Amino acid sequence: MPQVEMEKVEPLLEQFEDQRINLIPILQEVQDTYRYLPQEVLKRISRKLRVPLTEVYQVATFYRCFSLVPRGKHVVQVCLGTACHVRGAPRVLDRMLRDLKLAGPGTTPDLQFTVETVRCIGCCGLAPVARVDNANTHPHLTQAKVGGLLKKYQEKAEAPKAAKPDEASHAKA
Amino acid sequence: MPTLTINGIEVQVEKGTTVLEAARFLGIPIPTLCHDDGLVPYGACRLCLVEVSNGRKQTLQASCCLPAEDGLKVLTHSARVERARRLLVEMYVAVCPSSKRIQDMASAMGVRQVRYQAKHETCIQCGLCVRTCEQQMMAGAIGFSGRGLNRSVSRPFDMTSELCRQCGACLYVCPVCESRCQGPQAESTLCNGCLNISTVCFQSYDNAMCFLEPCHACEIGGPFRADVQVKPRSKDFTRIGEK
Amino acid sequence: MLKLKSPYEIKELQLCLEASETARPCISVCDGSGCKASGADNVIKSLRAELDKRGLQGTIDLKSTGCHGFCEKGPVMIVWPEKVFYNGVSLSDAKDIVNSVSNGHKPVERLLYKDPATGERILHEHDVPFYARQQRILFGNNGKLDPKDIRDYIKVGGYSALGKALTDFSPEQVVEAVKRSGLRGRGGAGFPTGVKWEALRNSAVRPRYIVCNADEGDPGAFMDRSLLEGNPHSVIEGIIIGAYALEAKEAYVYVRAEYPLAVEHLTVAIQQAEKAGLLGDNILGSKMSFRIHLVQGAGAFVCGEETALLASIEGRVGEPHPRPPYPVQKGLWGKPTVINNVKTWASVPVIINKGADWYASIGTERSKGTMVFSLVGKINNTGLVEVPMGITLREMIYEIGGGIPKGKKLKAIQIGGPSGGCIPASMIDLPIDYEALTQAGSMMGSGGMVVMDEDTCMVDVARYFMEFLEEESCGKCFPCREGTQQMKGILNRIAQGKGEESDLELLDDAGWMIKETSLCGLGQTAPNPVLSTLRYFRDEYEAHIRDKKCPAKVCRELIVYQIDETICDGCHACVRVCASEAILGEKDKAHEIESAKCIKCGACLEVCQPKAVLVH
Repeated sequence: MPQVEMEKVEPLLEQFEDQRINLIPILQEVQDTYRYLPQEVLKRISRKLRVPLTEVYQVATFYRCFSLVPRGKHVVQVCLGTACHVRGAPRVLDRMLRDLKLAGPGTTPDLQFTVETVRCIGCCGLAPVARVDNANTHPHLTQAKVGGLLKKYQEKAEAPKAAKPDEASHAKA
Repeated sequence: MPTLTINGIEVQVEKGTTVLEAARFLGIPIPTLCHDDGLVPYGACRLCLVEVSNGRKQTLQASCCLPAEDGLKVLTHSARVERARRLLVEMYVAVCPSSKRIQDMASAMGVRQVRYQAKHETCIQCGLCVRTCEQQMMAGAIGFSGRGLNRSVSRPFDMTSELCRQCGACLYVCPVCESRCQGPQAESTLCNGCLNISTVCFQSYDNAMCFLEPCHACEIGGPFRADVQVKPRSKDFTRIGEK
Repeated sequence: MLKLKSPYEIKELQLCLEASETARPCISVCDGSGCKASGADNVIKSLRAELDKRGLQGTIDLKSTGCHGFCEKGPVMIVWPEKVFYNGVSLSDAKDIVNSVSNGHKPVERLLYKDPATGERILHEHDVPFYARQQRILFGNNGKLDPKDIRDYIKVGGYSALGKALTDFSPEQVVEAVKRSGLRGRGGAGFPTGVKWEALRNSAVRPRYIVCNADEGDPGAFMDRSLLEGNPHSVIEGIIIGAYALEAKEAYVYVRAEYPLAVEHLTVAIQQAEKAGLLGDNILGSKMSFRIHLVQGAGAFVCGEETALLASIEGRVGEPHPRPPYPVQKGLWGKPTVINNVKTWASVPVIINKGADWYASIGTERSKGTMVFSLVGKINNTGLVEVPMGITLREMIYEIGGGIPKGKKLKAIQIGGPSGGCIPASMIDLPIDYEALTQAGSMMGSGGMVVMDEDTCMVDVARYFMEFLEEESCGKCFPCREGTQQMKGILNRIAQGKGEESDLELLDDAGWMIKETSLCGLGQTAPNPVLSTLRYFRDEYEAHIRDKKCPAKVCRELIVYQIDETICDGCHACVRVCASEAILGEKDKAHEIESAKCIKCGACLEVCQPKAVLVH
């Protein structure tokens, strides 16, 4: 488990009043910041909001948005809504898991991808669909398209490293 | 003070009483697994269901959470209720066959076969331990985690909690941790063991009054059920309802 | 924008905006989630670039609007004032579109909708068969306005209902109007909205809260998302009118986490309404003060259930609690609370503006007004459809939906998501209203309508829903948690060919028990998909059990893939995609599938051009 950068927590907590109603919004912020909910942070939230740790833990494990282990750089949500299901989404998912060598939905060991299933993102007209990083929706998927989709983000994930020398030279210039 | 009718008997109770309390006040037994008088009702085990009519339609409602209201008509043991409870208990046995309390209920309610796949779990998530820890012991050391099929009673991060005083209250209230007669390794899912025992007291003491709570053997073959032949203890002991 | 100080100023502003409308042509592109996924953002970009290039920014307007509902044909757009409707627009079409608009509006023929029946090109949106039978009183404005601009909404008459309610109606009269309109909850259960409101008004406890349920979790339904994305102000207006009628000071809108765009648009809309003096203190110069808070869900289907939703707003896990007490008695923080669905709230301004009697004249005897369905699955025209209650399934599927693709046969229609059931093709003349659907073993639900053709296996569909519910059950009450798991186990067995005759009776018993004994609406309706398929498609279950065959050729354990040697041209396409290297054969010679290795993923079937892959 990586070292938790606790200094990010306080400014984040400052934005919210210490009220129970803010528990879920705070956890959402933490999830966005760390890509998971670190144990230490949950304990801090429990003390600050005066909500028993058992309940914070229960909330953190109840909702699908939260994860207690780090998620990958790219979160691929494969829609398994009814429309996607009847149009062959399970096969697309299977293909993706096989390509990433995952036994089931989860995160690859190199923390590049997290594959999740989601029940309907409301693009049923374009079934089957997958959404990457909560923003880019890929319509009309087939097994053949899966490889290309993953490759696109794989390259993107590695791109910043390659781009760095360029940036550096720009800065010098 | 609301007046309601339970099984045709009119009863007046204090405001804030639940239907379960009212029925028990009348001496009507209603089975429960997640209820305890000292705890806030939870309504999770669903065994305390009763048939309630509000004039237009009849629904099954958990009596432990149902406030007694004026004009409520309640049936605690209608055919519909009995069937629902029996099917529920059948599933309970499949989930947690090692529990004496559940096996006893199954025998008493006439569950004679279990058609579901046995799961051999040790917890039915009635929440009694969680509520006792929080509401009676004021500790809050254990809670629920997860959702649906991943839900379980647990401590945060599965680590020993600083709040736990090891008082054992959770164990005390647990309805399913008492093992059934043949122990948790019993081959069959359904026990129904006591149904195969002939009523010792009745045969030995003839019509003498028994002041003990009647066992299921007594209920099945005892003096109160003239239509059922008392079964002599047989040597080739087979259980009913097992394939 | 200036703060509006009285209801009359809304009217003035509207007239002002109408007058300032120029004859400038406007290209309005749908930028809802559906069209976005089809590339609407890039189309808008290229249109803007094209306009910039030609220096036409001042003469032709470009606008991104809400969802038109016809997602299948996205991205779609309308060119005003001629109202020319283009569909399936791509990047490269920008030039031609700008050309046509700037040079005498001769429509771009190839982008017009082509009627598959006649082959004719259709110029206007309302003439397209998909729209012709619809009555779009909630969604009609979606395509006309920019959801991020409150002035667009006011221009089409928005917030005039609020003004009317504040000046001409007493709070009681608003409740009375809603009651008389016959409006019923659009979230699924169909409880009369006016009755609910009246119950709240009868409570003396203060404060009262209002909640808008936008946790649209049913797979296959996306109308709430579309409305919040495309016309958030109509929902806000409905909520404000509700607040006036119910004398509430605060409202919470609970939006599903999976809808980022809806959250964004709603946030902007609330801010604009605050600035315009429609929210906050002294709304429109009256004594009323009212605020709307936006709450984002965190991913739990069960939070669509009202008591679970309230728990979630309060910052707890979304586990329902038994009713009674109902939320109108004890809701948020124990105070009386009214919860209504997005479409219910959006219907309120319509009722106030056009009158309760007008609204009640639409629909059937007990189900009034219009209902929005999402028509998806194996159907030609997928998208959102707003129709009067009482329309038959036949009209929905063949007239609006354009029938089943590839000439396949209709098998069933799944209505109401995981709480609903499958209605067989033989009942296609069923009129759609709350009662008729419930009687048929389904329910209105949130209006998801998934069409299934002969290639859909009903056992597989039932299993799919049980799997969904097993994951999404909160797990609090025993029958729902364990029952869904057990039922899925049984269905799995049947789908694998290991089912027994007695399993069907067991499914019936378990389904009845879960329905009768579960704590909340999720559990009480959970067995519907199984029970309804058992009722109408029992023969299919029996085929799985007795003959160990899947008639629709879906269930993996019961099918075999084979290559027809006479058709196979040895193109090697299947060999390349095969995940388990199960296809043997040299190039240009007939291939063969080694069934021991085949994992039945169907990849070869997808790529085979000459259709040589057979499934038995």
